[in-house]
Amino acid sequence: MATRSKSAIECVRGTLARRNRAERRFKNFGRAAVLLGLAFLVVMFVNIIVTGYSAFWQTHVKLPVFFDPQVIDPQGTGDRETLGSADYGAVVKASVRSLFPEVRGRRNRRDVAKLVSRGTVFQLRRMTLDDPSLVGAKTEMWVPANDDYDMLHKGNVDRTRPESDRRLSDRQIEWFDRLAAEGRVESRFNVTFFTAGDSREPELAGIRGAAMGSFFTLLVTLSLSFPLGVATAVYLEEIAPRNRLTGLIEVNINNLAAVPSIVFGLLGLAVFINLFGLPRSAPLVGGLVLTLMTLPTIIIAGRAALKSVPPSIREAALGVGASRMQMIAHHVLPLAMPGMLTGTIIGMARALGETAPLLMIGMVAFVVDVPRGVTDAATALPVQIFLWLDSPERAFVERASAAIMVLLAFLILMNAMAVVLRRRFERRW
Amino acid sequence: MGSPSLILALLGLSSVSYYLGWRRSISLARGAVRNLHSLPGYHGLYTALWAAFPALLLLAIGVSLKGPIVTRIVVTDLPQEVQSLPPERLNLVINDIRNLASGNIASRRSPAMLAAADRYMRLQGYGAIAVTVAVLALGAFCGAMAWRTIKPGKRARNAVERSILGFLMASSTIAILTTVGIVLSVLFESLRFFQAVPLTEFIFGAEWSPQMAIRADQVGASGAFGAIPLFAGTLLISFIAMLVAVPVGLMSAIYLAEYARPGVRAVVKPLLEVLAGIPTVVYGFFAALTVAPFIRGLGESVGLDVASESALAAGLVMGVMIIPFVSSLSDDVINAVPQAMRDGAYALGSTQSETIKKVVIPAALPGIVGGVLLAVSRAIGETMIVVMAAGLAANLTANPLRAVTTVTVQIVTLLTGDQEFDSPKTLAAFALGLVLFVVTLGLNVIALQVVRKYREQYE
Repeated sequence: MATRSKSAIECVRGTLARRNRAERRFKNFGRAAVLLGLAFLVVMFVNIIVTGYSAFWQTHVKLPVFFDPQVIDPQGTGDRETLGSADYGAVVKASVRSLFPEVRGRRNRRDVAKLVSRGTVFQLRRMTLDDPSLVGAKTEMWVPANDDYDMLHKGNVDRTRPESDRRLSDRQIEWFDRLAAEGRVESRFNVTFFTAGDSREPELAGIRGAAMGSFFTLLVTLSLSFPLGVATAVYLEEIAPRNRLTGLIEVNINNLAAVPSIVFGLLGLAVFINLFGLPRSAPLVGGLVLTLMTLPTIIIAGRAALKSVPPSIREAALGVGASRMQMIAHHVLPLAMPGMLTGTIIGMARALGETAPLLMIGMVAFVVDVPRGVTDAATALPVQIFLWLDSPERAFVERASAAIMVLLAFLILMNAMAVVLRRRFERRW
Repeated sequence: MGSPSLILALLGLSSVSYYLGWRRSISLARGAVRNLHSLPGYHGLYTALWAAFPALLLLAIGVSLKGPIVTRIVVTDLPQEVQSLPPERLNLVINDIRNLASGNIASRRSPAMLAAADRYMRLQGYGAIAVTVAVLALGAFCGAMAWRTIKPGKRARNAVERSILGFLMASSTIAILTTVGIVLSVLFESLRFFQAVPLTEFIFGAEWSPQMAIRADQVGASGAFGAIPLFAGTLLISFIAMLVAVPVGLMSAIYLAEYARPGVRAVVKPLLEVLAGIPTVVYGFFAALTVAPFIRGLGESVGLDVASESALAAGLVMGVMIIPFVSSLSDDVINAVPQAMRDGAYALGSTQSETIKKVVIPAALPGIVGGVLLAVSRAIGETMIVVMAAGLAANLTANPLRAVTTVTVQIVTLLTGDQEFDSPKTLAAFALGLVLFVVTLGLNVIALQVVRKYREQYE
């Protein structure tokens, strides 16, 4: 034997190093893909928290207020009409100017008055109406600063940039710094953010209106989609004969789950608003649209839950003489309920985060009042985030990401509930 | 009484009926429930259903008929010259009357109008009283009739179960009704749109500027409805999204299904799925505020001119949103590949990655393709990310650094804000919605078909 050809084992050994390198490379690609997804999640959360956490605090300024009788009630009548319609703007202006007596010139004096929030005027009016004896009194009170100064105090204004690029001039920054040095500036917990509706002024804007809008919308969604979803799941899984019609219904449900949400919005606009004449911007219509959207989720989850109930339970119930409905109502449904509730909560969480269909049915209106029923004009939390992001003020961006945090907190809570429900009640047969 | 309180009253009435029916059946049982055909509760339910259901039906009819009837009566009392107005002018007058009646500001205020408003108010009041009385009377009457028919041999359970069955069947048709509603509403408005704008111009036109001229001699607002730039923009952004989502999603699915230890998998898989649960408005916020400026800055540092609303930013973020769809669907199909196939490959001496690349993935490919198609349909229909991070200008370009617009963005911009419902501008949104619906539905049907075929292969 002159030349021995390479044996199979040598062939394999020769390529083994290369193959093992390929193996490691492939595995690392997989690891990198997972890490990339997780990294994005972390970056997004950190980004939102860093942008938004400061919205939970609001800069306040201590203002010496003189409820000047000459301005509020020159005749000294003391009746509510006079007190209600008095020029509190002048009171606020005088108060701020008293802090900067040296400022001269119309323009500068007007700028000085913009130091505090425009809402101060209404605050003073409310105080006077509550307690008319305040007229003539002098007090020191903390009032919210204007949003530009709020941003300055939170360090969101770059002082090194040229004056023309900033919303605040050098002089305005100087005024504010002087107040801060005098101890007249303080950050306080932003109660307004949780108690107020929307506003054109960031320091007066809150999420309560949007949160209540979301609440009413979800209330309508839940009260319609849960009974309808459970009924459909029961019918399809327990009762319906396997025929063309039920096949059609099943295909329909699966396809509806994949229809883009904005198309449901078009349906709501064309049918509920234009055809049935329901009010625009109302949580009622929003809830109806979201019901149609979440129904497939609930039905699919409900059917899975019903499927997991073993047939022996059904046979035992029928065997002791229960009717079909009694078997379902007394035995199958109670066992399937945790699974159905889990599916419903997940559907509700999805409905809570949904924005696009609500834009279609007019829930994007600027609504100051907190809605008090399902037919009042309202927005929803995600729509509010969208609206605030569209506003030019930096302070609104901050509030939008604070609202995102609130929204995410609700979503985490709902999903945690679903997980607990599943862990607690899930039974393996 | 308003409808909500009337419904509450009906609920009260039917609870009372339940109690009365229950009592009557027990008293008829002469001490032993076994003398009855149905349990007392069923007799109660039977009475309660009769008390509530016909009355609710009447309430629905009454509420929907009350408005038109009152309007008709008010109109016949208007002066002759108002009645002979064309229908749309007449509608304006009626709206004013309604506004006056509810105390709002109306454009017309004349003694005749005020009188009509007064009359409208009064008739509305009468109508409400009539509906309330009729509904409650019908409820009480039907409840009483049902109550009278209760006998020991009465098959109350069968009747109650039949009506429950009816409810179950009715609710299961809602899915069909929704689909029909979507198709009809979108189709009707689209047909009206295509009467104004020819179909060929819509599908093949390359210019999109939906601003309609208010006056005929206005410059630059002719209204062009060529949807090609929108389709191209949608495809561009979806393509970028899939470039991110498919490799990352597929590789993480492979890693989690084949390599990761069970402990790691149990933690990482739910975390990745969190990405799917985050509302899209949050992604839009992130895309518009962080990713877009970042990409712009990056481009500037290497001397590229990047639009502030670039397709790249929206596409990247959308891709991340879709990762969990691709990964969890692929994970399912990879796990469904029988272990015997892997074992066979190992026995022949393949490494793990060779097994995956040459055996597992080819076997799972149809399912993966189905998952990717579903993800594509998701990307095409996604709205908030592109509304917040992509542009409004309809540029026909394949450059990912420029701003493009998409079908969904245009639907939102055409339909938010004040609009009249007859202009082609508004109707165009429905035509776009029709395209969106048809395309996503088609993708979905194909994807489900592919996945089902694949499942059958291994079952």
